Amino acid sequence: MNTKSKSFESTRRRLLTAGAAWGGLALAGCASAPSGPSLGRVVIVGGGFGGSTAARYLRMWGGNIDVTLVERNLQFVSCPISNLVVGGFKQMADITRGYEGLAAMGVKVVQGDVTAIDAAAKKVRLASGAELSYDRLIVSPGIDFMNEQVGGLAAAFDSGRLVHGWKAGPQTVALRKQLTDMADGGVYAISIPKVPYRCPPGPYERACMVAAYLKEAKPRSKVLVLDANPEVQSKKALFERAFAQHYKGILEYRPNAELKEVSGNVAKLEFEDVKADVLNVVPPQRAADLARTAGLVNINNRWAGVNWLTMESTARPGIHVLGDATFPAPLMPKSGHMANQHAKVAAAAVIQLLKGEAVNATPVVMNTCYSFVTAKDVIHVASVHQYDAADKTFKTVAGSGGVSAAANQIEGRYALSWADNIWTDMLG
Amino acid sequence: MKLWMIAVGLAVGSMGAHAQDANLARNLAATCANCHGTNGNARGDMKPLAGLSADKIIALVADYKSGAQPATIMHQIAKGYTDEQIKLVAGYFAAQQPKK
Repeated sequence: MNTKSKSFESTRRRLLTAGAAWGGLALAGCASAPSGPSLGRVVIVGGGFGGSTAARYLRMWGGNIDVTLVERNLQFVSCPISNLVVGGFKQMADITRGYEGLAAMGVKVVQGDVTAIDAAAKKVRLASGAELSYDRLIVSPGIDFMNEQVGGLAAAFDSGRLVHGWKAGPQTVALRKQLTDMADGGVYAISIPKVPYRCPPGPYERACMVAAYLKEAKPRSKVLVLDANPEVQSKKALFERAFAQHYKGILEYRPNAELKEVSGNVAKLEFEDVKADVLNVVPPQRAADLARTAGLVNINNRWAGVNWLTMESTARPGIHVLGDATFPAPLMPKSGHMANQHAKVAAAAVIQLLKGEAVNATPVVMNTCYSFVTAKDVIHVASVHQYDAADKTFKTVAGSGGVSAAANQIEGRYALSWADNIWTDMLG
Repeated sequence: MKLWMIAVGLAVGSMGAHAQDANLARNLAATCANCHGTNGNARGDMKPLAGLSADKIIALVADYKSGAQPATIMHQIAKGYTDEQIKLVAGYFAAQQPKK
């Protein structure tokens, strides 16, 4: 596999210049097809917040454009709101949606796993053996874990007894079951990796949701937050207030508690061993395997660099990368909301590029993230990012953005409406 | 006669200013859709924007920016957009059909 991809690599380099010359011919062929003038073929890999939004907006904005979405799961399961399932306040059905809406808009939805991307030939290969040709490729592959950084972690995940719950789906269900199986008086410990990781406030929200459940159902139990970082990484004052106000005597927060090794149900830190009845490890993260396979990872051997005007990879022309897999602009979070915004920049740009027109020179993206601190009280963080032409990156606008004044129930309602609106915005 | 000429002049002038990207209003408005729904057709507790008059949207956002209109989050988000961008967004939503 390694040698194969290396020869792939050099062939691809040689063919890049030739590819540019042939590009015009390929498009001309498309345009004269009997089905009427088509802008071209766009293949999207990954049907999460980024990929689904890109598919919907390409169809909505692009007119006659051939859009194929490849996703390995039959249904979309949302990470945002999944902590409420872990706490027992929502069910899996509440965070699960289908792809029928996209299919109804003319998106070809293909269930499958992408095993290889040939950037020179502009082809995507699936595990089934099928191949898909594209004029532009969009990948929104999400994250995968760096389990090798923690001793025993890969084996513990393989055994099924340890769960991360950091990709919503069966892992969410498994974590919930471990909590309902735990006896009163048990210890739940969550290990948080050093930044950057997907969803900065997510681990603290999860600690609150588990504590809220245990406070009611198993009040002698404890929640231990083992944070590899020196302090709470998002909405710090608001989370600290929630810990003290709602979960005093239940939840204990420990900074600089980096996980070194997992052995059974013991989390080994630098100076101590912590035994937990339910050990929940959020591992260190990087761009997903697909980004590596496709040669898109070019920053810190971990993330995919992009041109922010188009979301096109800085490593592979013709391939656009969205969401958590990207190396972020300053203060840009890895979130589903941001992936949705990336997708709209990419969809607009891909349409202009297929038409041979100039792309939007002044894109804007913004982020809103709501976190539940009780089953009803919510806190937010928001930011607006304008493109800076001089530095070729997005920058937050001075004086804009911020966090909630205090946790409140109005934003509890907004948080659920946010989810409904963004899921509909991406899936129809 | 004179009014007519001024009106045409204004229209041409404003078109000229945005000729570099005819899709700018659409693209900016799409940044609002995560909460306010695709093309401003919001669901649940979020405020629908589709079909509201542009003047009303501009006035609302100005009040969020100034603090005259209290908010949980919009005062923080409104300050991230220029007045010119808000005008484009407002014009786009005003032209959208509210879905029943």
